[in-house]
Order: sequence, then structure tokens, then C-alpha cells
Amino acid sequence: MVACGLVPTLTSNAAKLAAFGAGAKVIKTFAYQLTLGDIEDINKIKPDILLLSGGIDGGNSEVIIHNAGMLKQAKGDFPIVLAGNRSAQDECASLLKGSSHPVYLADNVMPEMNKLNIEPVAKVIREIFLKRIILAKGLNKATSMVDGILMPTPSAVLDALTLLSKGDKKTPGVGELVAVDLGGATTDVYSIAKGHPTNPTTVLRGLPEPFVKRTVEGDLGMRYNAIGIKEAVGEEVLSQLSGLPADAISETVQAYHENPAKLPEDEQEIAIDRALASAAIATALARHAGILEQVYTPVGPIYQQTGKDLTQVERLVVTGGALIYSKSIDQIIADALGLQEPFALTPKQLHVSADKNYVLSALGLLAGYEQSTALNLLLEFFGREEANAVV
Amino acid sequence: MRKTLVLGVIGADVHAVGNQILNYAFTEAGFHVVNLGVMVSQEEFIEAAIESAADAIIVSSLYGHGELDCQGFREKCDEAGLKGILLYVGGNIVVGKQPFEEVEKRFKAMGFDRVFGPGTPPEVDIACLHEDLADK
Repeated sequence: MVACGLVPTLTSNAAKLAAFGAGAKVIKTFAYQLTLGDIEDINKIKPDILLLSGGIDGGNSEVIIHNAGMLKQAKGDFPIVLAGNRSAQDECASLLKGSSHPVYLADNVMPEMNKLNIEPVAKVIREIFLKRIILAKGLNKATSMVDGILMPTPSAVLDALTLLSKGDKKTPGVGELVAVDLGGATTDVYSIAKGHPTNPTTVLRGLPEPFVKRTVEGDLGMRYNAIGIKEAVGEEVLSQLSGLPADAISETVQAYHENPAKLPEDEQEIAIDRALASAAIATALARHAGILEQVYTPVGPIYQQTGKDLTQVERLVVTGGALIYSKSIDQIIADALGLQEPFALTPKQLHVSADKNYVLSALGLLAGYEQSTALNLLLEFFGREEANAVV
Repeated sequence: MRKTLVLGVIGADVHAVGNQILNYAFTEAGFHVVNLGVMVSQEEFIEAAIESAADAIIVSSLYGHGELDCQGFREKCDEAGLKGILLYVGGNIVVGKQPFEEVEKRFKAMGFDRVFGPGTPPEVDIACLHEDLADK
């Protein structure tokens, strides 16, 4: 997906969070007026869906109307979801009428200043996914084979994790948690946690973040984006984590890049995979969680928090081939936590349960039909107290 | 059309009571108030004014460092495309006891349209807003 908003820290950010919450991968986020160059960019990206927001209700309508006019010229037939200032919705929709892009309407992602409203737009995005993308990618053959709900895997994972955390009316869940899906192309992080400041004197800044938050790191993946991991942390860190010289790492990373189907074959490659996994998780967790900054003011130093404080979250669910088939999940997670900067608000201590049977997304689907059965299974697979503790 | 105001206490100032009173008074007077609360940076005022297409920005400061916090505010508004937006500042905006006329002059030179001293009742601000926004 591509997300557009007005101010980068406000509606652009809200649009991005909404798209992530719907299970999408956000390739690029735009702010302010779209230029001809931006439209070129969008033509190159060829998104499956574009989300257009901007302005609180009754606020700025000039920019979103300009952007709707610009998007009319964008190539392709990707649908455009309008979720901006409600006073501008009609005009935007009529501007896009007659273009090659079908238009879907949703409630504003930020109806009032600093108030997120991502559920309605996430719902519309999921519907479009079912209607269009499944058809376009030939997945409709799957619909003819199975009855009932199809949904994007990340969205099913999100449902499963939310149920595991919250429980239902009868059975309590396991409480706040984080989850990491370490894939070949991306690294997804989920947090089901309030993330409020743990210290009462800390001031919270910026857009409040959703209780159920998902982020996707499109540059961090074990194979297609192994180079991205190397670039994010640097060769030295990978060298330290694996105990191998830098040139051996470069060589293996390059080999993975050229042949993403390659599995680790010897001790050295296993060590490099372990280092890549730690580095990807460390970076993705740091980007997902908030940060604490000390700022000096005329009345003395104060702490301000941006984003979610996950330091007190103690449960981690991991999925993705590189983790669930690894013999050293604990070490990978411990190394990932060890790489955090002191002011990162990432978890400090985690009990890890791994999705060894690859059931997380399936249970998310089941939750839509048989919530209590899904919850019992989730608790059985991931709720065990004897899960490994990693400090 | 209902006019939109962006309201907040600038800098590291945490005086919340006056902010709540102004929020209440302006809302009662029929304005749409986007209240950012305390400890608001210049950038946050400006970003909120852009998203809400605000007609005025009302800056409060009670802790004496307002003069430092407000430097360059008008220039940043201009830069962000909020050229000509109505800017008010009020409260205990300077250090110590200084003649108000001088303080007012300095803040007007910084680009604020109106400057209010300590203890100004909200009715005064409201009357000024009606006057200044009448033809906009």
C-alpha cells in the first residue's frame, strides 16, 4: 500500500498506522501536496491500494482535494480509500469519479487532533483485499476450495494475538504481549499493550498509538532483505554476534540475496543466520517501540516519551521459519534485547513462546467462528508459564 | 462558519489550570477549540493549525520563559504556509516584573498580533477574537 496524509507526524502517520493495522505492507508514505514526481513514484510502486487522508474533520481540505486531483492521473486501477477530513470527502470522491481508480469511503483516520480512528479504515482495506486482490492474484481458486472467511495472513495473526492477550468473557487471556514474525522478506512486529509511560513524571508526546499495533519493516528479511539487515546494523555487529570475520558475513549475505531459497548448510551459515535474526529483531523492535528522551528545560531536565513504552511487557510470541526452526531461539532473542540502546522502550525481559506448529494465523481465522475453541488452543500453544525466560 | 482556534501552553510549562479555563471559555463562546494542553512546542502548534485549518493560534505561558519559547514562531508559521494567521500570546510571559507596554512591544515585534498581560479575563480575548476574525 501507499499512504498519503497532510502533516508527517499527524495524518500521514495515522494513515500508515491504519494500513499496518489492516495487515498491509506500506511501501511509501507521502505528506502535504502530491507533486508530479510523487505521482511518478506511485506509478512505479504500482500499489494494490492507496489510502488518502489529510485534515481533521472540519479542518484543512485544500491539500486532500489537491491530492485527489493529482491521483486522478496516476496509472493503473488500484482502488483509493478516502479517509480524510469529512468535509472534503464528497469533493475528493467526485474528483476521482471517472478515473481508472475505484473509490472507497471510510471515516477519517484522525477525526480530531491527536485522536486515532483506524478501525473503520482497516475494515475497508480488508474488504478490498478480499474483493480485489484475491481475485487479481488468482487466489480466488482458494475461495472455491474453502468455505468461509479468507483474510490476509497478518490480519489473522493480529486477531489471534489479540484474542490470546485479552481472552474472552469466560477465560482470561495472558495479558500484554509482543510478537515478532521474522520472514524472508519482511519483519513484522505486533504489540498488544497500552504502552503508557511507566514513570508518572514522564510526559507523553506525539500521536497516541493504538493498543493493538502492527508495524512492518520492509527492509529487514532473512533472505530477500538480508542486505537490508546488514545495512541497518552494520557488518561489525553481525560479526560480533556470529563470531565470524566480516568478509565471511558479506559473502554469505550476498549468497542469500542471490538465492533466497538457500538454507544454511554448515555451522558458519547457521551462526550467520542467528546473527541476522537477532539484528533484524533488534532493529524491528526498536522501530516499533517508543523512545524516551531527556530534554533540558528552564525548569530542569524532564523525560519525554514518544511512542509506546513496552519495557514492562514480558511475553513474546515468535513465528516465521527462521525462528521456529532454529535451535537457539533464546539466544537470538537475548542477543536482540542486548543490542537495544539504553533509552529504547523495548521489552527488557521476555518469556518466549514459539509458533512451532505454524498455527497462529489458522487460529486467528478460527477465532472468527469459534472464539472460545480458538482461545483454548491459543492458550495451550502459547500460554504456558514454563516458556523460556530470556533476560 | 465556526472559527477554529489552536490553544496550548508553550515550552516546558506545565500550568494546566489556565489552559482548561481558556478551553472552556472559548468553547462556550462558540469557537471550535483544538486544545493541545501543556508543554506544546512551536512545531506542534503549527502542525495542529495546518491539519485543522485554524483561524488563530493562542499561546499561553505562565512560567516566565515565554519570551525564549516564542522566538521565531511567526517566521515558522510563514514557512509552514500559515502566512497571516492570527497569533495571540498571553499570561506571565516574561521574567520578573517589567512594564507591560515594553513587553507588548517586544512580542509584537516578534509577530504576535495581540499580547495579554497576567490576569486578563477570557472575555477580553474573546472580544478581540471576534473583532480580529470578523472579516476573515
